[in-house]
Amino acid sequence: MLQNLKVRLAIIAVALLGSLFFLYRNYSHPGPDGKPTRQAVTLGLDLQGGSQLALEIDESKARLAPEQRADAIDRALKIVRTRVDELGVAEPVVQKAGDDRIIVELAGLQGGARAKEVLQRTAFLQFQMVHSIAEMQQAFPRIDRVVTEALGTKGAAPKPGSTVGGLFKGAAGQDSTGGATPFTSKVAPVGEGEFLVQAADVPEVERYIALPAVQRLLPRGTEFLWGTPERGTQQAEQGRRLFLVDSRAMMTGEYLEQAQAQTDPQSMRPIVTFELSRRGGRVFEKATGENIGKQMAIVLDDRVFSAPVIQSQIGNRGQIDLGGGTLEEASDLALVLRAGALPAPLRIVEERTIGPSLGQDSIDNGRLAGLIGIAAVVLMVIGYYHFSGVLAVIALCLYVVLILGSMAALGATLTFPGIAGLILSVGMAVDANVLIFERIREELALGRSIRTSISEGFSNALSAIVDSNLTTLITAAILYYVGTGPVRGFAVTLAIGIIASMFTAIFVTRTLFMVYAERRTAAQGISI
Amino acid sequence: MRLFENARYPFMEWRTRAYLITAVLLIAGFAAMAYNVTSIGSWLKYGVDFTGGSLVQVDFKRPTTVEQIRSAAARGGHDDWEIARFGSGDAFVIRMPTFEQEVGSDASVRVAQGLSSAYQPADFTVVRTEALGAKVGDELQLKALWAILLSFAATLVYLGFRFEWRFGLAAIIATAHDILITLGFLAVTRTEISLTTIAALLTIVGYSLNDTIVVFDRIRENLAKPHRTGSSYMQLLNTSINETLSRTVLTGGSTLATLLALYFFGGGVIQDFALVLLLGIVIGTFSSIFVASPALYEIEKRWPKYNAKGKTRPASQTKTSRSASSSALV
Repeated sequence: MLQNLKVRLAIIAVALLGSLFFLYRNYSHPGPDGKPTRQAVTLGLDLQGGSQLALEIDESKARLAPEQRADAIDRALKIVRTRVDELGVAEPVVQKAGDDRIIVELAGLQGGARAKEVLQRTAFLQFQMVHSIAEMQQAFPRIDRVVTEALGTKGAAPKPGSTVGGLFKGAAGQDSTGGATPFTSKVAPVGEGEFLVQAADVPEVERYIALPAVQRLLPRGTEFLWGTPERGTQQAEQGRRLFLVDSRAMMTGEYLEQAQAQTDPQSMRPIVTFELSRRGGRVFEKATGENIGKQMAIVLDDRVFSAPVIQSQIGNRGQIDLGGGTLEEASDLALVLRAGALPAPLRIVEERTIGPSLGQDSIDNGRLAGLIGIAAVVLMVIGYYHFSGVLAVIALCLYVVLILGSMAALGATLTFPGIAGLILSVGMAVDANVLIFERIREELALGRSIRTSISEGFSNALSAIVDSNLTTLITAAILYYVGTGPVRGFAVTLAIGIIASMFTAIFVTRTLFMVYAERRTAAQGISI
Repeated sequence: MRLFENARYPFMEWRTRAYLITAVLLIAGFAAMAYNVTSIGSWLKYGVDFTGGSLVQVDFKRPTTVEQIRSAAARGGHDDWEIARFGSGDAFVIRMPTFEQEVGSDASVRVAQGLSSAYQPADFTVVRTEALGAKVGDELQLKALWAILLSFAATLVYLGFRFEWRFGLAAIIATAHDILITLGFLAVTRTEISLTTIAALLTIVGYSLNDTIVVFDRIRENLAKPHRTGSSYMQLLNTSINETLSRTVLTGGSTLATLLALYFFGGGVIQDFALVLLLGIVIGTFSSIFVASPALYEIEKRWPKYNAKGKTRPASQTKTSRSASSSALV
């Protein structure tokens, strides 16, 4: 018996020391800044502040077959991870959730808006040849006709003073012809192969060129692409350029090896210079050599950034002009180009951001509520069970250390619902002790000896404890399996809580009782 | 001190009264749900987590009121913003029906723009934003339902294995009762349903099962004992409830104590969570006495087993085999 008791005490000591070890290890673990994190248990984003983003493939922009989708999300995951890593955020989490979702967790408030922009960029770089205006303009009258037919004069009616026609031709009464030439009146040719559309007309023209009837009128194998917004002196959008380009790219960004943000020494505008692989360089050299004197569009995510005329063969270097903007925008672009293109555009479907001050409030509130709740339980248990209640409280203290230690060892994060789960599980852990004590009292009332009462009490209560805890454990497992984010955090805390509660009630309280009963004679009885 | 020592309350005889209470609560809940469908378009008041949209929590640095913020938002062209005070102090929650995923249009930026007619950016800080697409919300609802049904199935299997199928069925009836009445309460009060509410509901499932199983464990044990002649199944159930009564009350009491602490001191988000749980625990305790055992009794009446096989029928699992497994566990 005494031997048995020593083994039991040793097991409890190991569990306690193990928990303390893991807690200390986490506490002193150096954070990103090299200093100890001072977090014994990793706190969830809702407690320490930060953003959580859920991304999905944007099905409205990319149609993918089911087998393509699985592959696309895996490749997207890799690229998102590279991009997030390059953002320079401390300990980011990037993981797949379910079959089609990517979860990104960024601790602290580290440029949420910027992260969102960087993550959603497809960054698909293409070089496409531009068709000349002359080639295009033959089709314009027919496009006007088709647009009028499709949308009626109402849809095609120009807004007074907003047409390019009114601006460029300066002719009075242009508006009246605008009704018959809805398209031509809004696109003004500028330069060799581009048109300019007034900012106010952009949505209208977008609608026209999206019409299938209009697309059928375009020369085979060509498409319209918009340029980046032209900005005036006040940075307000003046208009957009429209290009007609070869649908087939002469070259894509897959050969891109290096990209860097710079300031162009001549224009003082931010640019991104890039370098292609040796193989890509050869392809590019050949293609540009065949097209000297023609205009080539540098297209990123279906948007023309610039369209220089090819003066001579281009090797493996090139640059993208952002047309204004800041150097930070340029370096973000360089970042996404380096990380590679996403296989399909991504879309943010869920976003949660918690400020650090709110997280601290939650911790403080949770701590206060927890302490008060635990104090109430301690008073109830000791008031009702006297010295046995004290033993139960000791077991409960050990229980709390065990839970936190297990969370530290498993690397589980403590979320806000997790704190609630923890406090609740303390309340429920008392249940196991109550079950046992009630049984012991019943046995004592039947006139059994102390030893028999204790051992009968424990074994009689066991089936109820095991069955009720196991069903709750099953529920926690299902919660974990079905749930995401905070619900999962809750499930983990609950599951750990249940296991720890079974261990403390069945094993620890029993050992404490054994120690206690050793010192009591039959005449003294026990305090329960 | 011992509470309920040798208690002999005729719980089973009170069951018709309990059925009445249950029926009234259920009907009130369903009526509220039906009324909600006609007045707010959904049977419960779903939060951003389900409907999609954005939620922004704003802490103001100077005292202000909901009306002031609302009129500022209306001047900014945002009549559809729903504004509510959050907890105590000058924290407010703004709900917007739109979910912006456009680059650069952060919810916090929109708040600053929308309120610019009356507040400077320095007057407040955005401490929390949540934005979800509607699709995610639908999924969440489906998942919650799925989680509850799965846990029912798992419970049925587990209790069927450890007890007997009729115990499993009765436990599920009691748990479903708890969830339905809690949902009914949420419908009546129009409490906003969020992710945390779901976590609370699932906790109620766990707690209610826990409570019911403790009583069932005692019934199983008493069934295994040789019966006194003339004692009926109903008496046996009643004895079992009474024998576990002190534990039911004490555990319920200590859980309620922690939840009350959470409710009063936990602050904002946790308050809703604690409220749902408080309610669930009370209902769960009620159901483990007045629903679970009566359900077991009604099942027994329909598919008799206790009286059909003579007076000393052992339960599916005998005491000896159980204590054997107990000693292995200890």
